[in-house]
Amino acid sequence: MKDLRLMKGNEAMAEAAIRAGADAYFGYPITPQSEVIEYLMRENPAERTGMQVLQAESEVAAINMVYGAAGCGKRAMTTSSSPGVSLMAEGLSYIAGAELPCLVVNVVRGGPGLGTIQPSQSDYFQAVKGGGHGDYKLIVLAPATVQESVDYVKLGFELAFKYRNPVMILSDGIIGQMMEKVELFEQQPRLTEEFSWATVGKKPDRDSVIVTSLQLQSEEQEKVNLRLQAKYREVEKNEVRFESYECDDAEYLFVAFGSCARITRKAMEMARGKGIRVGLLRPQTVYPFPYDAINKLAGQVKGILSVEMNAGQMVEDVRLAVNGKTTVKHFGRFGGMIPSPAEILNALEQKIIGG
Amino acid sequence: MTEEIIIAGFGGQGVLSMGQILCYGGVMQGKEVSWMPSYGPEMRGGTANCTAIISNQQISSPVLTEFDTAIVLNQPSLDKFEEAVKPGGLLIYEVNGMTRKPERTDISIFSIPAYDMSVKMNNTKVFNMIVIGGFLKVRPVIELENVIKGLEKVLPERYHHLIKLNEEAIHKGMDIVKEESAAV
Repeated sequence: MKDLRLMKGNEAMAEAAIRAGADAYFGYPITPQSEVIEYLMRENPAERTGMQVLQAESEVAAINMVYGAAGCGKRAMTTSSSPGVSLMAEGLSYIAGAELPCLVVNVVRGGPGLGTIQPSQSDYFQAVKGGGHGDYKLIVLAPATVQESVDYVKLGFELAFKYRNPVMILSDGIIGQMMEKVELFEQQPRLTEEFSWATVGKKPDRDSVIVTSLQLQSEEQEKVNLRLQAKYREVEKNEVRFESYECDDAEYLFVAFGSCARITRKAMEMARGKGIRVGLLRPQTVYPFPYDAINKLAGQVKGILSVEMNAGQMVEDVRLAVNGKTTVKHFGRFGGMIPSPAEILNALEQKIIGG
Repeated sequence: MTEEIIIAGFGGQGVLSMGQILCYGGVMQGKEVSWMPSYGPEMRGGTANCTAIISNQQISSPVLTEFDTAIVLNQPSLDKFEEAVKPGGLLIYEVNGMTRKPERTDISIFSIPAYDMSVKMNNTKVFNMIVIGGFLKVRPVIELENVIKGLEKVLPERYHHLIKLNEEAIHKGMDIVKEESAAV
């Protein structure tokens, strides 16, 4: 029988981590993400699967614990919200540089600074363009439902180990706090594989392994960079994921991700009710970004509105995708404000159809 | 069928759990559901609200600005959400503590003296179940049997002896909810 439950996005991700066979979770509480660590502490997965859960003394400590566990070839994860993820930026850059797998969840709240605890998407740039220093990329999954939050925990670990790269789930205060019907996948076994790159102790039949992101020789550091770039091209080739709604006959197009895509979908339904032929493309991966799919639609539509809960971040990627083929505008609310479907429809009519 | 509901009141009135119970009942009835709470400062006293959506179709936006039904349990919530009911929609209000009555004429308005009833039942904790009963009487979107099934699923076993009391409270709510004015 299907394991159907009504769960909060945050709690569902915590349960998914246990079921995905995670070895360790290190975290530090911050609203609107604290239910993840609360659920894990309550559930005590050490008894269920042997998974270790620890509240670190800070976000900086949490990400470096993840770094350590990942270096041993373990499935490790952390979760936080915007200000906490900023603190983790250094660690993420190191993990990417050392080519280690891990899963990081950002349940985004409004910024900048300590900001607000209400939902936002203003960490898009931080997630997909860097955040930490150096030429690195995170694979970034953007769930729009509680079900996707669960599925992406499993997928996130798979991608992290496939590419030996940190994966981020870019959630937000809406998806984290809301409850929906969710079907949980079955318990997966924890890892038993001894990876050649993992520091598990030098045995006579093993080469010694050094986990580091430090290469003082520029020639060597360039080689590392070239290897990373080759890996990112593979990711871009294989891992683009998106959904499109009512795009076949679309004269206009919305692009939106995460919770905002759901609000935008409601706006799309309202527009269709008024006879406006508008479609919606929802990137499920924001890195790699669905450039090709948007470029194709750009040849078909009269204008594109990028709807985001920020001051205009993903719209830059939409413009890159469209490459001048059609008009691209942005509509956003920010600082923790959530746009209403009516506002989005009005923006389409004012900025794109009338503009 | 889609029923978009806002439930609002003081923190501690059981506003958030009312939404959850309705949604769990929806799950038991094979519906799509979504529940979105106000979180943050409101949770620590003051006003709290949640949006519950129950539908036969996949739910697009979990966040709404207008609703089919508003269930308001205090004056600030009536002030805030009376305007947010769609024309032809439904407003149910708890009479206790209200300083003015709803004024809209284009929506159906029902009152429910749920607090008084909970005092009569010697258990103010079932207040929110009385309100749920009132709502289900006016808008039978979920069968009572499925609400109870949801309660069985959501409550730990050691509280299952309370389910009967909750069911009784729902029936009381169904009895005492009263139409104040029909939509014109």
